[in-house]
Amino acid sequence: MTNDPTRLEFRDPARGSELLTRLEHVVERAGRRISVMHVCGSHEQALARYGLRTSLPRGLRVVMGPGCPVCVTDAPEVDAAIAVASRGVHVVTYGDMLGVPGQSISLEDARSAGARVSVVYSALQAVEMARRSTDAVVFFATGFETTAVATAAVLDAQPPANFFVLSAHKYVPPAMEVVAASPDARIEGFLAAGNAAIITGYGLFEPFAAEHGLPVVVAGFEPLDILAGLIRLVELAVEGRAEVVNAYPRCVTRDGNRPALAKLFKVFERRDGEWRGIATIAGGDLRLRREYAAWDAREHFDLAPIADAPEASELAGKCRCGAIMAGSAEPSDCALFGKECRPDSPRGACMVSSEGACRIWHQYGLGLRSERELSTLRVRESSA
Amino acid sequence: MIREKGTVELKHGAGGPAMRELVKSLLVERLPREAALAATAVGPEDLDDGAAIPFGDRFLVITTDAHVVKPIFFPGGDIGRLAVSGVVNDLAMMGATEVIGLTSSVIIEEGFPLVSLERIRQSMRETSLEASAFVLTGDTKVMARGELDGIVLSTSGVGLAQRVVRDAGLRAGDAIVITGSVGDHGLAVLSARHQLGLEGDLRSDVAPLNGLVRVALGAGGEAVHALKDPTRGGVTGALVEMAQKAKLGIVLDESAIPLTAAARAAAQILGIDPLGVANEGKALLSVEADAIRPILAALRAHPLGAQAAVIGRVVSDHPGEVLLDTGFGHRRLFERDAEAIPRIC
Amino acid sequence: MCLGVPGKIVEVDDLVAKVDFWGVCRDVALHVVDEPVAVGDYVLVHVGFAIRRIPPEDIAQTLEFYRELVEEEATEAAEEARRS
Repeated sequence: MTNDPTRLEFRDPARGSELLTRLEHVVERAGRRISVMHVCGSHEQALARYGLRTSLPRGLRVVMGPGCPVCVTDAPEVDAAIAVASRGVHVVTYGDMLGVPGQSISLEDARSAGARVSVVYSALQAVEMARRSTDAVVFFATGFETTAVATAAVLDAQPPANFFVLSAHKYVPPAMEVVAASPDARIEGFLAAGNAAIITGYGLFEPFAAEHGLPVVVAGFEPLDILAGLIRLVELAVEGRAEVVNAYPRCVTRDGNRPALAKLFKVFERRDGEWRGIATIAGGDLRLRREYAAWDAREHFDLAPIADAPEASELAGKCRCGAIMAGSAEPSDCALFGKECRPDSPRGACMVSSEGACRIWHQYGLGLRSERELSTLRVRESSA
Repeated sequence: MIREKGTVELKHGAGGPAMRELVKSLLVERLPREAALAATAVGPEDLDDGAAIPFGDRFLVITTDAHVVKPIFFPGGDIGRLAVSGVVNDLAMMGATEVIGLTSSVIIEEGFPLVSLERIRQSMRETSLEASAFVLTGDTKVMARGELDGIVLSTSGVGLAQRVVRDAGLRAGDAIVITGSVGDHGLAVLSARHQLGLEGDLRSDVAPLNGLVRVALGAGGEAVHALKDPTRGGVTGALVEMAQKAKLGIVLDESAIPLTAAARAAAQILGIDPLGVANEGKALLSVEADAIRPILAALRAHPLGAQAAVIGRVVSDHPGEVLLDTGFGHRRLFERDAEAIPRIC
Repeated sequence: MCLGVPGKIVEVDDLVAKVDFWGVCRDVALHVVDEPVAVGDYVLVHVGFAIRRIPPEDIAQTLEFYRELVEEEATEAAEEARRS
């Protein structure tokens, strides 16, 4: 791993060690167990990818909340995309969504059975595919507000008539409200998603912090960013200060990216929506406005599930993704975790998505062994 | 597990646990236990890179490989170079660096351009010269348009080895060595296949490694305890398999893993772990600690081994598990059943 | 949700910039970035769109922030030592 700040890499392990020491002391001085929540799959990815979870102080619990857009895309929404694809229409989507099961099968399963499903890396690529084809191309658009901005940009640029968007985009701030209002979670502060805040600005967290009496720290995604953000967040939580701190100033401002936000809400409107396994989140879904109906897949295609779709899996009832995403349960609390539900045979979205809590826990063996065993895995001492 | 759907799925060809399960249950477990198996030193149940049969004072090593890569021409190589390198490398990973001969079976879709076929054959010839491994016989079939996607190459190889090197031979205390940069082939092909518009020096490393392995074995001899090339499934897949077979643990140091700038950038943009994608011109060695210096020197003196490095150690803790020290903590490396796909999250 | 990748602009042509990611280059759309960008600028890219121009002076500011946090630790530790 390189560590070159001129390439915006902030990964100096020596500095990381110092920040970890600081975090340990801040948590120690709290004298109690502190639980904080982050709401961004990329934060969870970074925590896992840099191995930070194996180094965080024992007294600090960093819970992943409903921050995985793949996980919270509701089963009927996935099934709608599958229905369109299974009826012979070319559906394109981000790679993250391919393996997520709807009620029973995933887009990947539909593809194995003959449906036309392709992966795109960008909404622009999806439009390009439509331009080069005479057939309809339906872009199954998932992701939170940062990603929705890209979809808005392509729709605003008058794409071809054979390009359609099936929007399953979601908007995070209302979900934070639901979690904050829930008595189960015992969360003392939020680490807010840095890149979403680039778009929305951090100002919108101020009324949230005041209303719920909880601090919010906006953090970036480099390992040093995360450690710095956690230090500030725990300090605020311990001191009972319900403030908003921007720990990612190189990217985030108070007002955010106004033109991008304007474009987002020019194309999309907020509606109440089902967040898979969690609840109805008021204003949590982003759907195309009437002005963009010409490109709205919901207006043009039959989204009803296909007649011979397999029955919903009986295991679906035992899946605890919802509680896990809300932060009120951990992957190891689910009876299926590590047994019927594994990365190679996922039952719920949290195990499919590379950002799902269950997938990430399984990946580094958490919940599959006791805390005591994990603590003995001090890599440096054990290497020969 | 394989009975879930009743149909073959992509994961059954991805080089991971699902594929091994399929091979074991449909092939290995149903082979007649008599005859052929009694004669092998390394046989089908070992799921190694090839089979080894005692042959006088040496071992005859045989292997076979099929190639269906898309796109067939990619930065750094093509399906022809892959076919020859793949099978030469499978032989080399068993210790058979002297290749007696190759066979080449090709199945072509009607309508496939002859110009492309000539290009593929030329590439195979060039790679054969590099490796001193020549196609001595083969077969050609054509299927009607639409019945096959382009071209499939199936290549077999026969070699001789003084000593068979298994992929299960890890010993606690060994150093894990990689012969060069990680992830080049997988990332180059993925980028080309999905037309991701990445410009730069991202190219496959596809190359025959018998010469490189020969110098390593020459320098280290029996101190080379295990060999494996990290093809499908990447370095992660190969090391997890080696650790599981040897019932030992492996700890890797992320800062020691060689990466080209192009691979590092592509991996970051695509959200893909370079440790999980295929390499077609690299080898992993498990070597006795005392022999690291001469082996590294020999590797680095060879054009294909200039970036060779020690990337980790074999330990007796956490048997079957591979851990990566990131400098900020550690994470466990897991095999995947699926091909890596670019992610946005 | 947020895979944001930083890069440096090497060419600009109307709404498309060629961005160097220190190993590979890729075209990036400029439809949603909220200020004009020029060759040499750092941008943060998400799903093929630049979403933020990162001021180069912020790099030093970021390093300074980490240093301050560590300084605070040293200061607090010294105070505790004095008190005990």
